[in-house]
Amino acid sequence: MYRYIVKRILLMIPTLFGAAALVFFLMRLIPGDICVIRLGSGGTSFTEQALAACHAEIGFDKPLWLQFVNFVWGFCRLDLGTSMWSGKPVAYEIAARFPVSLEIAILATIIAVIIAIPLGTISALKQNSSTDLVVRTFAIAGIAAPSFWLGIISLLVVLDLTQIFLGKPWMPPIDYVPLWQDPLRSLSIVILPAVTIGYRYSAVAMRMTRSAMLEVLREDYIRTARAKGLINRIIVNRHALKNAMLPVVTVIGIEFAFLVGGLVVTEQVFNLNGVGRLLVQAVQNQDYTLTQAIVMLIVTISVLSNLVVDVLYAWLDPRIRFA
Amino acid sequence: MPPLLEVTNLSTEFRTGLGTVPAVDGISYTVDRGETVAIVGESGSGKTASALALLRLIPDPPGRISGGRVLFNGRDLLRLSDAEMREVRGGDIGMVFQEPMTSLNPVLTIGRQITETLEQHRGADRITAHHRAIELLGLVGIADPLRRLKQYPHQLSGGMRQRIMIAIAIACDPKLIIADEPTTALDVTIQAQILELMKSLTRRLDAALIVITHNLGVVARYANRVNVMYAGRIVESGPAQAVYHHPGHPYTMALLRSVPRLDRPRQARLDPIAGQPPDLTRLDGGCAFRPRCRFAVEACARRRPAMAPTRAAGHFAACLRSDEIAVATEVAV
Ligand SMILES: Nc1ncnc2c1ncn2[C@@H]1O[C@H](COP(=O)(O)OP(=O)(O)OP(=O)(O)O)[C@@H](O)[C@H]1O
Ligand SMILES: [Mg+2]
Repeated sequence: MYRYIVKRILLMIPTLFGAAALVFFLMRLIPGDICVIRLGSGGTSFTEQALAACHAEIGFDKPLWLQFVNFVWGFCRLDLGTSMWSGKPVAYEIAARFPVSLEIAILATIIAVIIAIPLGTISALKQNSSTDLVVRTFAIAGIAAPSFWLGIISLLVVLDLTQIFLGKPWMPPIDYVPLWQDPLRSLSIVILPAVTIGYRYSAVAMRMTRSAMLEVLREDYIRTARAKGLINRIIVNRHALKNAMLPVVTVIGIEFAFLVGGLVVTEQVFNLNGVGRLLVQAVQNQDYTLTQAIVMLIVTISVLSNLVVDVLYAWLDPRIRFA
Repeated sequence: MPPLLEVTNLSTEFRTGLGTVPAVDGISYTVDRGETVAIVGESGSGKTASALALLRLIPDPPGRISGGRVLFNGRDLLRLSDAEMREVRGGDIGMVFQEPMTSLNPVLTIGRQITETLEQHRGADRITAHHRAIELLGLVGIADPLRRLKQYPHQLSGGMRQRIMIAIAIACDPKLIIADEPTTALDVTIQAQILELMKSLTRRLDAALIVITHNLGVVARYANRVNVMYAGRIVESGPAQAVYHHPGHPYTMALLRSVPRLDRPRQARLDPIAGQPPDLTRLDGGCAFRPRCRFAVEACARRRPAMAPTRAAGHFAACLRSDEIAVATEVAV
């Protein structure tokens, strides 16, 4: 088991290195120059010397390979450098924006799991019933609807409902406060984006739960469980669900990685200053160091969520644990 | 004393895309207390379906029990409530399935899979159930029970898993054990061990045994009586020795010629049964074995023959020419 986990962690290294190379060179393929943007931002003209000085300041005068080595080495030491745009440490920029994104992601995952597993199970147990039909329609709608559209609709719905019931429209605040400072306010900020993302997320997980359950319910060992005279609750909870969870856990992990990417759109819609928005700004500004750092952060989270899936998998399935 | 189990006109059908399959078509038989009854027949003859129907375990959809009566200890199992039926399953009647590889839950320990039956039926607490599980492993001949109880199915061999299945089936001292081809998936040497184990356990527990098999050799050795199934019906039934030595139905004769026999000099070769089992969705009114039968005459097409007594007591066959054939084959076999 421990060897398995160590092996998985070692396997993360090539993935991270590949991602680093990809983002480093792709960024440099995008036409544009941060110094031109910075110096010309006020509409003023600037001299060749000023441009060269700016390049020297952010290290563009060094050969490309050296820049790459510095970037990778910095990442290994957890030194992310300074933002080429603001001049502040990248770690500082990200730390300011990270909590809101993290809170949305975690809340969305919780919402997704809480909705998906019971509904998917019921849907499978009552296959082809009207309950099943409603659940499946709900799931397909969640997958089909784009998240920005869902976000806008949910905002409008909240506006209208509060207008009707409270007499004046209410908009969730956008200036984030951490959960531990003011839980209610914090939740009121992230709940809508979390529901918007969580809905889609739950739809995917629900479909997987349903199909995995249907498959497991046909297994011989379920027939054995019935032949033992066990009550249905035990057959479902103890015998079927644990087996059906294996593929569901995988989907939840994969979707979590996607979710982090999906934050870019959602934060834009809800006007929240999270990491997703920071990434958009960094790319627009051609801020290489910041972009690289955020992309590496997202990649690391994806890889880690994969690791968590693998560990959960081993925990659920003794055939892997004792392999 | 009435029999322990009395099955009357039991029918089961599966609705499939190609039509309704009458997998079990009005079978009747009895099982006495402590008796071993074998059900034999080719693949697809409805053996498993008939056994699952007894416990009302036919998957629905696509299947359903379409009629009949299953008297067990005087109660009709087909009329019990779901809760009453659950008490019968695993409590009064234990079942062992064909596939030990897939019939145990891969993510639960062996111990859990044994103790949960005891908790369900006996209301046993964890510790009592655990002690009983150790005892059960001893009964089915598994050494080092403490270690085995903590293991998972994939860590055990096929024969070992089948012993676990048997331990589960006998956990609550059932009066009847149904074993659906308990040895087909196992090595030949293990097969004999498992059959001996089942035989000795049923004797010890004073339980009746219904053993499903397509091996008539097993029947002769272990069963008191035998029911031969073909196309969803019982076509011959009687004391095992009588059926084995004086078969009354051409299908049984063909079955016998297709397996090695210990009581005869080694045959030059085995005769597989000619032709294919019939398509159950399109049976006509005549004898279902007719197309493959070398004794078939015109009259066989008119109706499906009913079970009729043969010369031996308690021995029945569903063949129009049963008597003639029996005499003819006495010499031939
Ligand atoms: N779930 C099912 N759906 C549709 N048809 C089924 C189903 N189960 C069994 N049948 C059909 O019922 C008939 C009897 O099947 P059954 O499994 O009882 O045969 P069997 O005698 O046990 O054969 P085997 O020796 O292969 O186990 C077959 O024609 C089979 O196709
Ligand atoms: Mg079968």
